[in-house]
Amino acid sequence: MYRGAAMKLRDVVSILDAEILAGSENLDLEITSACGSDLMSDVMAYVKENVLLLTGLVNPQVIRTAEMMDIKVVVFVRGKVPGKNIVDLAAEKGISVLTTREPMFVACGKLYSAGLTGRGA
Amino acid sequence: MGDNVIKLDYVIPGDDFSVAGEASSNVKKVLNQLGIPPFIVKKATISMYEAEINSVIHAGGGNAHVEIDNEKIVVEITDQGPGIPDIELAMQEGYSTAPDEIRELGFGAGMGLPNIKRYSDELEINTEVGKGTTVRITIRLKA
Ligand SMILES: Nc1ncnc2c1ncn2[C@@H]1O[C@H](COP(=O)(O)OP(=O)(O)OP(=O)(O)O)[C@@H](O)[C@H]1O
Ligand SMILES: [Mg+2]
Repeated sequence: MYRGAAMKLRDVVSILDAEILAGSENLDLEITSACGSDLMSDVMAYVKENVLLLTGLVNPQVIRTAEMMDIKVVVFVRGKVPGKNIVDLAAEKGISVLTTREPMFVACGKLYSAGLTGRGA
Repeated sequence: MGDNVIKLDYVIPGDDFSVAGEASSNVKKVLNQLGIPPFIVKKATISMYEAEINSVIHAGGGNAHVEIDNEKIVVEITDQGPGIPDIELAMQEGYSTAPDEIRELGFGAGMGLPNIKRYSDELEINTEVGKGTTVRITIRLKA
């Protein structure tokens, strides 16, 4: 499988000018691939390796889906701020949660241009 | 584990989508604690999660019964929902009867049953229209 150049979670935070809401202890986590989707059905069906998930969907099933797929980082795009129940669930599962003002396309574009080109699918 | 069989039972509530997946999450925890290899845990929990979500969005919730022995993990999700009239159709990728409000939650793409088929070693679906559905998933621990 092709892997993009690795970056760390702290790089993602700075590239997306993101706020970290849960899992700030994982800033040194290596990220090699990413996936952008609002459809958890597709994430369940297509994600093959541990990825960073960007999504505009905000509900607890995003975190549950991430948990099942061993996804360690979820980025909510377009300034969406998940509720405390979602953040707490993520924290309990050791999943990092970020929120960025960038819309999906721009967020993905910025990470891709910075070298995060692994597809994870 | 010797000859021990571990049995786990869960109620899957049908009226609160926000807790859908808790049974699968709990089973994942148990499988990890038992030291089952991560790729097998993933096969089991992805399959179970899809079936659990199905019981919530299509059948008003149900029950999960899980048995783990030396050889296999068997997950049985039972509901008293509407049943599946055409199982071959339901197994096709992209076929879904999920309403729009389920799509808005990020599900209902018609990928779940094909995904269970892909990840499980055995899949058995018993369904009767008007009575309910039982999805039985087997994941082998040994090759
Ligand atoms: N437990 C069930 N009771 C009644 N009908 C079901 C049940 N499980 C599945 N079905 C039927 O089979 C169809 C296909 O199921 P499948 O899991 O593949 O897709 P989905 O649940 O609609 O979407 P996705 O799984 O991608 O979120 C469903 O849309 C529904 O019509
Ligand atoms: Mg489904």
